[in-house]
Parts: sequence; C-alpha cells; structure tokens
Amino acid sequence: MSKLVAFAAIQGAYNIVSKAEGKLKKTLEKYGPEQKLEFPNTAYYLPIIYSILGIPVKTLADAKKPMEICRGLLPSHIKNVYHLPYLGPLLDAGMAAILAEEIVEAIRYIEDPGFYLTSEEIDEASGKIWLGAAEDVIFRKRGIEFVDGSAPGFAAIVGAAPDPETAKKIAEEYQKKNLYVFMAGNQNGTTFSEQLLEAGVQIGWNTRLVPFGPDISAAVFALGFANRAAMAFGGVQPGDAKKMLLYNKDRIFAFVNALGDVGAEWAANAAGCVNWGFPTIADTDIPEILPTGVCTYEHVVANVPHDQMVQRSVEIRGLKVTVADVPVPVAYGPAFEGERVRGEDIYLESGGGRTEAVEWVTTKNINEVEDGKVEVIGPDLDQLTPPAQLPLAIVAEVAGRKMQEDFEPILERQIHHLINYAQGLMHIGQRDIAWVRISKAAVDKGLRLSDIGRILHAKFHQDFGAIFDKVQVKIYTEKKKVSELLTKARAVYAKRDARIEGMTDETTDTFYSCTLCQSFAPSHVCVISPERTGLCGAYNWMDCKAAFEINPTGPNQPIPKGDMLDPKLGQWKGTNDFVLNASRQKIAQVSLYSMMVDPMTTCGCCECIAAVLPMCNGIMTVGRDYTGMTPCGMKFTTLAGSAGGGAVTPGFLGHSKYNITQRKWLSGDGGLLRLVWLPKMLKDELRERLHKRCEEIGIPDFIDRIADETIGLTEDEILPFLEEKKHPALTMESILE
Amino acid sequence: MSDETKDKIKLMEKEKKQIKPEEKSVDPATIKMLYKAQADGVETIFDRAENMKPCPIGIQGTCCKLCSQGPCRLPLTKKDIEGKDTRQGLCGATPETIAARNFARMVAAGAAAHSDHGRSVTEVFLAAARRESPDYDIVDEKKLRAIAPDFGVAISVTVDDVETPRGKYEIAVEVGEKALGEWGKQHGEIYYAKRAPKARYDLWKKLDIIPRGIDREIVEIMHRTHMGVDQDYENIVKQCFRAALADGWAGSMIATDLQDVLFGTPHPIHGEINLGVLKEDHVNIVVHGHEALLAEMIVVASRDPEMVSYAKSKGAKGIVLAGMCCTANEILVRHGMPIAGNYLQQELAIVTGVVDAMTVDVQCIMESLANVCACYHTKLITTNSRCKIASGETIHVEFDEHNALTDAKKIVKIAIDNFPNRKGAAMIPREKEKMVVGFSYEAIEYNLGGTFRGSYVPLNDNIINGRIRGIAAIVGCNNARSMHDNAHLILAKELLKNDVIILTTGCAAMAFGKAGLLTPEAAKVYCGPGLAEVCETVGIPPILHMGSCVDNSRMLSAASAVVAAGGLGNDPSDLPLAGCAPEWMSEKAVAIGHYFEGSGVYVIFGAGLPVDGAPVFKDYLFNGLEKVVGGKWDVAEDPYEMARRMLAHIDKKRKALGIDKARDRVLMDMADRQKLSAG
Repeated sequence: MSKLVAFAAIQGAYNIVSKAEGKLKKTLEKYGPEQKLEFPNTAYYLPIIYSILGIPVKTLADAKKPMEICRGLLPSHIKNVYHLPYLGPLLDAGMAAILAEEIVEAIRYIEDPGFYLTSEEIDEASGKIWLGAAEDVIFRKRGIEFVDGSAPGFAAIVGAAPDPETAKKIAEEYQKKNLYVFMAGNQNGTTFSEQLLEAGVQIGWNTRLVPFGPDISAAVFALGFANRAAMAFGGVQPGDAKKMLLYNKDRIFAFVNALGDVGAEWAANAAGCVNWGFPTIADTDIPEILPTGVCTYEHVVANVPHDQMVQRSVEIRGLKVTVADVPVPVAYGPAFEGERVRGEDIYLESGGGRTEAVEWVTTKNINEVEDGKVEVIGPDLDQLTPPAQLPLAIVAEVAGRKMQEDFEPILERQIHHLINYAQGLMHIGQRDIAWVRISKAAVDKGLRLSDIGRILHAKFHQDFGAIFDKVQVKIYTEKKKVSELLTKARAVYAKRDARIEGMTDETTDTFYSCTLCQSFAPSHVCVISPERTGLCGAYNWMDCKAAFEINPTGPNQPIPKGDMLDPKLGQWKGTNDFVLNASRQKIAQVSLYSMMVDPMTTCGCCECIAAVLPMCNGIMTVGRDYTGMTPCGMKFTTLAGSAGGGAVTPGFLGHSKYNITQRKWLSGDGGLLRLVWLPKMLKDELRERLHKRCEEIGIPDFIDRIADETIGLTEDEILPFLEEKKHPALTMESILE
Repeated sequence: MSDETKDKIKLMEKEKKQIKPEEKSVDPATIKMLYKAQADGVETIFDRAENMKPCPIGIQGTCCKLCSQGPCRLPLTKKDIEGKDTRQGLCGATPETIAARNFARMVAAGAAAHSDHGRSVTEVFLAAARRESPDYDIVDEKKLRAIAPDFGVAISVTVDDVETPRGKYEIAVEVGEKALGEWGKQHGEIYYAKRAPKARYDLWKKLDIIPRGIDREIVEIMHRTHMGVDQDYENIVKQCFRAALADGWAGSMIATDLQDVLFGTPHPIHGEINLGVLKEDHVNIVVHGHEALLAEMIVVASRDPEMVSYAKSKGAKGIVLAGMCCTANEILVRHGMPIAGNYLQQELAIVTGVVDAMTVDVQCIMESLANVCACYHTKLITTNSRCKIASGETIHVEFDEHNALTDAKKIVKIAIDNFPNRKGAAMIPREKEKMVVGFSYEAIEYNLGGTFRGSYVPLNDNIINGRIRGIAAIVGCNNARSMHDNAHLILAKELLKNDVIILTTGCAAMAFGKAGLLTPEAAKVYCGPGLAEVCETVGIPPILHMGSCVDNSRMLSAASAVVAAGGLGNDPSDLPLAGCAPEWMSEKAVAIGHYFEGSGVYVIFGAGLPVDGAPVFKDYLFNGLEKVVGGKWDVAEDPYEMARRMLAHIDKKRKALGIDKARDRVLMDMADRQKLSAG
C-alpha cells in the first residue's frame, strides 16, 4: 500500500518544511543574516545541501535558497481516488524533508551551542551524550573504514526498542557484523542510545554505536556522513545530485531500522532515504513497498521481529557480511576495537609500564608446530584476584611451506587489532611496548588468557591461511620467561629493521599495486615500491607482497617494473601499462617520485597531502590530524576534497607520513630539501626518523629550517623565516618548471 | 427520374441492412447514439460498413492501378497456391512487386501525413522563436535545452573559460532552422538517428537505411513505385524503412518535441472521456483531427472571459471544448481538456444534437460529417488549407499562425452564435469516465524516481525480476469493419492479466479511457499480482497514455531509454516488447508499424494487412525481415490470438536475456564493490 506511505510522507514533509521555514525566519530575525550557520570543523558546509544542491551554506542568509528549493519540491497531496502517480513526488517530498532538517539541525548549533558534543566519545557524566555532526577528522578516520571494507555499511536506527535488553541485542549483533549504528529520533521520548547506556553498552564512535541526536532530524547526520564519504573518497562533485545518490546506492551499504510507531515525519525521512537507495526495515505493521528499483531491493519492509532485524536488514540492502567465527566466550569484531577498559572495570593489566610485555611472531620448522595448540605458561586469569597485574609474552610460532621470514612482522602487527576485537579486551601498542587490559565482565563471561591464543589461531588462519600452514601460541605470564623472550625478540626486531632500511626501489624488479580503495574511488591506483609506502600508511611493499600471496586475485598485484622511462620522475613502462589498465583507461602515465609531472592519483584515505608553495619555491605537507589552516590557503580537509577521489592533480599529492622520511619522497621534485612547512605535531611525530634523514642529506639541522604553524600560516609569513634559515629550497631551480 | 428508377432506388433502400448497435460497439455511449441515429434517420459509417463489402482484390494488395494499361487485378487463387504462381500484370509485374508497391505507397502516405504535421509545427515553432507570432511562445525551456544538443545546437557559450547560457529564443531559432532543414535535406543523416541505441544506429548504418531527409525518402518511394521502376520487393521494403524511420525518428519526433517546447511537455493530469462530457446547457465545440496548433488557441479562446460572457448572453451557461481523435489527445495530455470520443464516434458526437460547432484540421476526418451536420444544426468548420470539404455547408476558417488567437476566437464565436439554432431532441449519453493521462517519456522518467533519481532503471529492474513480464505498445485507430473498441479492450485485459504493462496513444488510448482502464484503480482489477504491485508502488494506471499518434515517437524514446537503463540487452530488438494496432485503418498506422519494425520491434496488426495476395512478399515481411532488422510484421484478427502471440514473443525475448527464471538475491561484499565500474 504505497499510497498510504506516500500520503503520510508528503504530509510529514509539509510539516517538516513548514516548521523549518518558521525556525529559519525566527533565527534570522534574532541573529541576523550574517550569523554563521555551520557544522563544526568541516569543509563540506551543510553536507547534504552542499552535495545535492551544490550550495555552500555559510550563513543564515545562505539557507534561504535551499529552503525555497525545499518548498518547491513539495508535491500536491495525494487524492484518495483517481490520484496522480506518487512515487516521484514522494521521493521529492522526502528530499525536501531531509534538506529542511539539515537546516534545522544546523540552527540548533546556534541556538543551543552545547547540545551536541563535538567528540568521538560521549561525556555521560555531564549528560552530554549526543554527538551531532562529526567533524572532518572523525569523519575521515571512520570513513576510511567504509572504504577499505572494515565497516561494510551502517544501520541508521530511529526510535527505540521495546526495552533496553532488545536494544543491546540488536546493537551487539550489528557490532558483530562490523556495521556502524547511527542513532537518531525517539519513541515517545525514549531513545535507542539511552537504552544502550541503560543496558551498560559503551556508545560513541569508538564502539561504532553513534548517538547522533534525540530527534528524527538527527538522521541528517548519517546521510551527511555518507555524502561526505562520496565527496571525499569517491570524488563526487558537489551539486551532482544524481551521481551522489547513485554512488550511495551502489557503494554505501546503509539502511534504516524504524523501531516503534512510524508517524508522518518518519515516513518523510524514510522516503528521503530511498533517494539514497537506503531502504527502511520496520518492527511495526506499516505499509510495505516491495518492488525494487530505486533501492537495490525492497524499499520498505514491515513487521520484522527484533531477533531477525539485523539479518533481514542486511539481506534487504543486498549486503554480504562475512563474520569471522572466533571461538571465544565474548563478542568479537572490529566494533569492539575502540572499546575502553577503565578503572573499576580492570581485571588484569599487563605492559604499559606496569609490567613487561612483548609480542612476537616467529617461524619454526613444520614438525615443531602443532596447529591450534595454545599453552599458558604461568598463572591464568582464574588464578588471580582483580585488580591484577602480570608480565605477558605472546608468542605465535608459525610454520608452512610458503612462510617467509618477511611475513613475520606482518602477522605480528595483526596481534594489536585482533586482540582488541574481543569485547572486554583492550590492547595498545605493539612489539615490546604492548599494553593489555582485560575487563571483569569479560572474565565473568569465561575469558581466559588462552583465548588470546585461540583468537590468533583462528584469525591468522582466516586472513593469512595462504602464507602458512600451522600456528601454535604460547602465552607466558612468568616474569623470568617473559624477560628472556623480551631479549630474544628485541634482537629480532633490530635485525628486521635493518633489513627494511636496506631495501630500495633499485633492488627489486617488482612493485605492487593497491586498488583496495577502488570500492570508493574507481580510478585510483596506488603503486607501492620499497621506497614508497601506500598513501594511507597502512600498506608497505612487504605488506603488498604478503597480501598477494594470500589473495592472488586481490587488490594487491605484482607490477613488473619493466624498462625505466624516467629515472628522475620514477616512471617505468611496466608501471604505466599497469596503471592504464587498472585505472580503467583513465590514467596513462604515472611518476612515483613527482607531484608536479604525472603525479599518482590521490584517494581520500591519504595520511598527508603535499602542496606546492610557489612563492617559497618549495613544498608543504599536512597530516589529516591537523585541523588548522596551512600556507597553501586550504585546510587538510579542503585539500583532500579537491585532490582526493582518485583524481590526478599536479601540484598536489597524497602520501603517507612515513613516506616523508623515505629517500624517494618527491625526489623528482627535489625531495626532502623542498619541504618548507610541516605542522608541528607531524614534525614531532616523525622527529627521530626525520633527524636521521637530515643527517643523511648532510644538513643535520634541516628539521629546524622547516617552518610550522607557529612560524606562520601563509607563504608571506613563513618566507622571512626560510630566508633567515637559508632554507635550501630558496636556491633550488624553480619548482614550477 | 422515371418511376421505374424511383422504384429501384426504393427497393435498394429497403434492402439496406439495418445494423444492430449492440453488435457494432462495446461502448454504451456509442450504442445509444447509434440508436438515436437510426431514430433520426441518419446514416453513419456503421451502416455503410454493413452494406458495402471491401474490394476483394484490393484487400489482398494485388490490384495494380499505376498506369493506364490496367488496373491489373491479380487475386490469389487456389491454383496459384497449389501449382506454380504464374500471375503477372500487363507489364509483367509479379504479385510480389505489386503488393510491395502498394504497401510502400501506404508507408509513404502515412509518413507524409505525420511529417507534414511536423512541418507545420516546426514553422509555427520558428515563428514563435523569431517572435513573429504573438500568440505562441517558447513555454518549455527545459525541454528546448534538452533537445538542442541533438541538433548540434549549443545551449551555452564559453568565453575565457566562463560558460554563459544562451537565451532561449536564440537557441530556439537555431533549433527551428535545423529542424526545418530535416525535410529538405538531401544528404547525410537525420539528426535524431543518433538518439537510437548505438547497436540500432550501427545496424541502420550497415543496412544503409538511415534517412537522409524526410521529403526525399517519401518522394523516392513515389518514384520507385511508379510504373516500371523498382521491381524487387526487398529493395522496395528497404526504401520503406528509410521513409518510415524518417517519420518515426524525424517527422513525428520533431512534431512531438517542438509541440512540447511550444505548449509544455505532458505530465500526469486528470481527464474525462466519452460523449457524456458534452453539456446540454453549454455551447459545445468539438475539435477534431490531429494537430495541436489551432486547438491550443481554441483552448485559450474558450476560456476567455469575454467569450464566456458572450456565450452566456446567448443563453448558454458556459463553453465546453471537447476533443475528438488526436487533436483531443494533444489538448488532453497538456491541459486535461475532455475528450468526446475516438475516430468512430465523430459522426455520433453530432448526432447528440448539442454540438454547436465541430472544427477539423487534418487526418481521419470523414467527409460524411458534412452530411450528418446537415441533419442537425452543427456548423462544420475546416481550418487547414490541406483539408477542405466540398460537401454540405462547410465553413472554412483558415488557420494562420500569425493570427492564431483571432482565428480561434472567430471559431468560438461561430459556435456561440449557433447555440440558439439547436433543433430537434437532444440526447447526451451519461457515459463518461475519469482517467489519468500525460505519460510523456520525461514524465515516466520523473515518476520512476523523482527529481533527483528519475530513471528508467526501476522499470527495467521490475522487468528483470519478473514482476513485469514485458511491455506492449497498443496504438492505432478504430476500424468500422470490426466491433468498435472490442479488440482493444480484450487484448489489453489479456495482457494486463499476464503482467504486461501497456503504453498507448491515439484512438486505442481513448478506448481504454472509456473503459476505465486509464485509472490507477484499474491496476488492482485487471493486472496480474506483479504488475499490480508495481502500479501501486508508483501510483500509475496499468496503461500509460502517452499522447496522440505522432507521439508514438515518445515510445521510441522510451524504448531507447529502457535499453540505456541496462540489463535488458543493447538494442530494442532484445527487449521483451511487442507493438500492435488491433483496430488499425489508416495508412499512418502502416508507417508507424514499419518504423517500429525498423527499430527492432515485433509488430502485430489486427484487421489484416493487404499483402495476402502475394505470399512470397508476405513471408518476407512476416519472417524474413526478422533476420535483417530484428523486428517483424504479423497479423492476428482475433485479439486473444494476438495476445497469445505477443506474450510468446515477450517470453522468447525473456528467455534470450536469461530472465525467464527467478534470480537469486545478490549480496555484495567488498570484492564485489571493488569490481563496480567507474561512473
């Protein structure tokens, strides 16, 4: 009975738009047209309006035009008999409602500045549990998870479950499936977010359970997140509404769960979401819309029991989620990675300066390894009284015909997040700086240290089964044994680091590709060489090599370098041929060492973006954690918006943080010597390695000649500093030639 | 006259068979008016059809009257079927050559009719663009900007990287000139050929059948079919494709597009249909024929307060403007103006006794109207220099686009002045039905996804998932040789029951309207569960009224859009789609059928096709051509049989596409998403 839905949704859209118009008028009268109207720290203005209509709303006055468009989109009411077609009008009404609500939510930032907390985490103690619009730093960090598939999609839950326990079950089931849950709206004053808190569930970006706001209009934060992802990672241009919405339909696997009675305004929001290809799955008896077309499958499905809500929703959206089956007594999945174990909750703590702790993956002879064997050498959790502290060594012994020494650090690096995925287990650091906390609740559920071994055994096999055959795990909690192992492991770490250091682009004939991000940026191709790690910072040459072994048809493919075409720019016949094909004929030539001539594509995942500063004859680069202005006149997020999305933009290039300290970084343009500006936080983070490079290039104090935000935020401001410091870039050949 | 002769005539009149109205139409209003006509002693086409049989050789297509040595009559006999077919005309022309030439001349006449209509529209369009015609304007600028690039006309200028949109009149003049050039073009290709899906365009190119210019292709048919020229039926059919495609993809399509720009692109709107729309206490004007140009102005004139008060001064309560035939469709789909009826009801509208004036423009206007008008008070007004009627007391008010509104007012005034002259008993049947109409190509796109997601994808999707089994185009006329509206309704109901969505135009659309099939409520009553669900989701009637018969071009655009939306092959011939004209009668229908076929569509006609006397030629049209152009001709007089064959064709195409079985839901993981193409 789509007619009833249309009837209600159009009614609802009229209400929403009329209220928004009233609110805008009043706010204009009170604050004046020049009053800023914005979400915190974003380059995407009011992102839905910006992406769909192409209008950058900055002030209250700017909101008038989109408001008029909302009014214009409202269709006639539906007659009971001999009615005109309503699907198109219904979708327009939904869009009008969403656009109007975005203005309403932005106005809330003016009228009630403390209402939303701009943070990843809630502040439950002071009652600030609504997070509102994510600032760009949060959005990028989380958006990448959608791009690389670690978050396959999101469920927008509006309303409330019948009771907190049901809410908890639904939320945990989504967490186990790795989906984000975006929460908005209330059912007679009860919200899903508050139900989760009541049931003792941690909410916030860290646990993927995001409390956007208590009103239905807060649903715009979920849609705004999706549209920002399409702009930042997919390169969809603001104002290209159709492409934006189709992009969402095809690539962003989101849907709505409507819990509780669906009124006219909810119906309008649901209709709005259908424009995005996001269907609504409800627990009440509402009219269904089953034929497909605007969404991939059904548009509205009703009467879904709570215990089937998650499974049905995922199916209706057409999403395949493969969930690792890990045999531990607690819930397991990436959604639990960001969960904290604090104070009273701590049952056991190891490492982190309290005790010694170490993690080590080592290769053994195949006869020495009994696959799946887990030993705990020393006391386990059930022998302790909380709060307890223990030294800890986690040693995974692997064996197999295809196992190589080079793969050891790759497996070892996984330990951090694999352990973290277990609910009630917190892990920080790696190698000899590992830090583990285990919660009382987890121990109550039956978690033991041996479960760490079971996790590693299961996950190593699932994700890396192709590169080894057997793995056994030993967990030591005896001080003497741990100290012994620490010494042994440190020697291995040093050997590994030396080997990586010695690898250069010249010493190998094979580079690797990374097209993981093509799910979002279809023309983006990363070429990864020993001296150029991936721009996301997550993949180096060795990782790619292992990934190819693991999945020979996956996104990391070997690229035979072939004939060298240009040693300065770093162009080879093999890399050019590969990129042409992999970019779907969009890009014919690519330099590994230049941001000026045929630079590589940049996807929105990059850790840093470098930009040319013509006046200084140099280059600046900025990391994504730095939210301030930069001398090129753009913040990171604006830079990423204009250079990201798989585009080639000479003069701009995405790269990893680590890459700055690699010898080939922009060597075609003059390399590190061109670097004239770097945010202080990045300088500090890289200080040690940078210092080494400075010595290598023969200017030990070079690091102090690089300007940062304390020196200036424009070229004019930093140039005198560079002159004073005799920065080498000033005397190099012109960067623009 | 001698007494003997008088007696003979009397005897003949006595022998004239009296018709039984219930056997002649399924439309109650029509039946009632036939009884009234009988009571009033008025002869109609229904009576003449009963008393005059069609020519038995002409119906076979094998009468050749191209030179004065004939007419040579070559009926197909049993001997020709069983033994060697030795028939030939004086010049040696075989039955195949003769039937092919006759067929070709029908295509030429049909294409000429649509295209000459298109020419008139283009001339008015150009006058409006040049601001020479005060009563017309460029109304739908969005559509103008959408079509301009197809004529190679830029819609903006870029100076120093700054793009500025061009003014609408500037664009319109250039579009108008380019469009008008399509008639006289001698070389190259018509512009709109490129609107066809690429595979279709490439096939046309390969077959060398892309029209060069509209007039040229029609003239060439006339030349080739002159005595002693083209004597190869395959070669004649090839030229038929050029002329027919020039109709569908140029003459008609330009008419549709430019009428949309001048008067607005149709979007869903309410309407009413059947003789019951006439009102006894109002001045009733019926506009009949095919063009929108004058009718649009009569709409304006009839709403003019000055005219309305003039009507009141004559004792009328107001003015009813009702349409008939495709002029009706034109003003219906744009303004919701009521329709009095379809082709076979034209005389019957006058029989009501309340029509104060009937204006006619061109095509499908029966000369008998003059005689029927003479029996009542109705003024018959011809308006087009191409169409005058010598019979009766017909008035001619020639339409001139430079004085359009003045002409229109003149006509309305004639009607009002005639209101007091009504005589005899009037009778208006109660029947009228509501309908939802106006499904232009653009309107369908909008209604399947709104302003932001408008697309044909949902249609394709529901064809692929089997909720919709296929698409049928039911178009064409009424034919006095078969029961009025009957075949249309039977066929439509059979198809709807089988989940086939129907696109319609012309007099066929009106048959559906009168039967209540053009309402959203009809979906639940007549459709299979899948189609009913789709109609409910979109809120549409199961039959979409796309306009007049030149608007069959909208169906070509829609078919191209369906191909472009993906998942159903790459050519119209891949689609689960069939076209038909169950009650056809005019040569335009043959031209339409042939351009659909040339566009890759299976076309089936009711009411026969005059090719039975030439079995080899017939076999070429009905079977041989499928291998050449992908579409083919067929005939089935029984509407149930027609439905069966259309469904069989649709199922054949579904099977070829691999969508004849239920498909599993595809669940996407990251690897699947990475494989998605750019775009």
